[in-house]
Amino acid sequence: MYQYDEIDQRIVDERVAQFRDQTRRFLAGELSEDDFRPLRLQNGLYIQRHAPMLRVAIPYGVLASYQLRKLAYIARTYDRGVGHFSTRQNIQFNWPALESVPEILAELATVQMHAIQTSGNCVRNTTTDHFAGVAADELIDPRIYCELIRQWSTFHPEFAFLPRKFKIAVNGALEDRAATWVHDIGLHAVRDDQGEVGFRVIVGGGLGRTPMVGVVVREFLPLAHLLTYLDAILRVYNRYGRRDNKHKARIKILVKAMTPERFQREVEAEWLSLKDGPATVVPEELARIAARMTRPAYATLPDAVPERLQQALEHDKAFRRWHERNVHAHQVAGYASVVLSLKATGSVPGDASADQMDAVAELADRYGFGEIRVSHEQNLILPDVRQADLHDLYRELKALGFATPNIGLLTNIISCPGGDFCSLANARSIPVAQAIQQRFDDLDRLYEIGPLDLNISGCMNACGHHHVGHIGILGVDKHGAEFYQITIGGNQAPARLGRVIGPSLGQEDIPDAIERLIEVYLEARLHEEERFVDVVERLGIEPFKAGVYASQEREVLYA
Amino acid sequence: MLELIRDRAIVRDTYHLRTDTLDGILPEEDVIVSPALLAAERARLDQHQGKLGVWLETSEGPEIIAADLARLDLVVVHFSSFTDGRGHSTARLLRERYGFRGELRAAGDVFKETLHYLSRCGFNAFALRPGESLTHALGGLDVFSEAYQTSVERQSPLFRRRLQNVASEENPL
Ligand code: SF4
Repeated sequence: MYQYDEIDQRIVDERVAQFRDQTRRFLAGELSEDDFRPLRLQNGLYIQRHAPMLRVAIPYGVLASYQLRKLAYIARTYDRGVGHFSTRQNIQFNWPALESVPEILAELATVQMHAIQTSGNCVRNTTTDHFAGVAADELIDPRIYCELIRQWSTFHPEFAFLPRKFKIAVNGALEDRAATWVHDIGLHAVRDDQGEVGFRVIVGGGLGRTPMVGVVVREFLPLAHLLTYLDAILRVYNRYGRRDNKHKARIKILVKAMTPERFQREVEAEWLSLKDGPATVVPEELARIAARMTRPAYATLPDAVPERLQQALEHDKAFRRWHERNVHAHQVAGYASVVLSLKATGSVPGDASADQMDAVAELADRYGFGEIRVSHEQNLILPDVRQADLHDLYRELKALGFATPNIGLLTNIISCPGGDFCSLANARSIPVAQAIQQRFDDLDRLYEIGPLDLNISGCMNACGHHHVGHIGILGVDKHGAEFYQITIGGNQAPARLGRVIGPSLGQEDIPDAIERLIEVYLEARLHEEERFVDVVERLGIEPFKAGVYASQEREVLYA
Repeated sequence: MLELIRDRAIVRDTYHLRTDTLDGILPEEDVIVSPALLAAERARLDQHQGKLGVWLETSEGPEIIAADLARLDLVVVHFSSFTDGRGHSTARLLRERYGFRGELRAAGDVFKETLHYLSRCGFNAFALRPGESLTHALGGLDVFSEAYQTSVERQSPLFRRRLQNVASEENPL
């Protein structure tokens, strides 16, 4: 985690004071609702179905245990004892009172946290690989660059009022766990032939109403030019992005309308004037950020699998399963990263209670170096656990309900809050997720089905990333009733968008439909290694469509 | 005559806005014209003795007045909504790319909350929307004592200034 210096702290404190004043004036009737809306949104505050919703930034998904305790405290004191981890590595509180939000922000500031730009038409929280800095397949640790971007984007004077929201993701590993191809800007940290760090720059990806995979505008951008190049992209977008229709306002629409070639030329032309200017990154700054990043004091451990772990793997079948699914390879010998599943059957995907947060914070202190990660799959991660301790940790997690061995499997459902909370929703998503989890509760069956990403969004905004789920479920509104459209064949990395299999279905038909999809898959797969999404790729959607709709005896309502 | 904020002081606005025609203009009056009128009446405006300003909408980029900047005393950027960030880019371009040194005024939906960003983008004058207190709005310029990025107000980004601080602490001359 990056630790603030006096200036970082002052900027956040001044923001709290500013928002306190704005809220006071709004409540006193001195600021109109129209004025206050964009201002509160830039502090992560929505007015939702039941109450305001406050979204707190977790920069690139890294949390210290004392920060998680503070989140637990806030959940307990100002909310109903629950927080919801979102697909953007943030946390949302669904029940705070508007009057207490300045107080909450002040509490957050005491642990170097904030809600700055977690909403609104500005540059949002930068996201990255949840295993950044620890993944065995990592080429370059992206966290320093994420922090550089965080500072650059925080209160950027020119880009506070963009045509629409703007999301940046950075990846530095072999596997793209940051969904970089479906962000407004995706950055791949890479090295050139000389070993110098730079970025492949991808622009114009995104989900939502018009899902698109981004295009590469630069194969290699040297690190020194990162911020000036971002300035150039944002300036072209800020000036020429559409502002007349919010559904056509994202940068992906501009890139498409201009054509990627022309867009790229505009950016390069703009960049010529900014290049080598004062925003050029200097190595001293990278060193300064690196020095302020907490680094775990790893012990020197042997490379071999510890005896204790070996024993437990041999004798405890449930542990073996969990180890296979929820434990991720670490770059330091003798360590592993552990995913805590927030997706137990019957749970609300991404929800954690205050007590659970406290418990996780304690585990992070005892089994790691006091650090926790939030994944965009809405799970929590203990990044640095000694392999020899895995079995002990497993038993504790089991007692807490965090040891469901379903990471990468069908019930590790990504779901947005949907109609239960979100005022934009067409349909609820949580009950659908729960019904599917219940249907596929049998672990043996889950394992037989193998790797499968199932993502649910309550509306076109696609916060649940349904387009890139192997199976995607989208809430749609049909004459005021809740219906669901199913897509299959989506994939996060490499990014592919799912295809709609047919008319939308009612809520009670969804578990059956998923069941049919799985039957078709199991029937058709050539061997166990062939995943659901591979079969869709090989056979297309037709057999699946037939499977779902042929057996649909109920009346099907056509979209 | 209206009052506005210029260089952190509350002053009277001496300009008159003339959008369609220069008819009836006094030789010494300070005048703001539209880009179209500026183009159409170039010769006459060259002879004009009062100060000369031009009025841009946020949809109009600085390119359209680039050739005239040398003879302009004022550029007004009019925000029909404070959330239209195009005006922020216009201001930076005018200051940083075209080197405009005259008065750069934000008008329209301008109030206390918007001043901080506008000022960092290069606006030095603010004509507030009706009903806003100028004294109150002045406070909007001092909400933040620091900023990370390079801007018109502070060319050097925080990361360079941090370095200078370190250097001067280590090496007190
Ligand atoms: S996808 Fe729609 S329903 Fe779900 S959280 Fe986003 S806006 Fe709300």
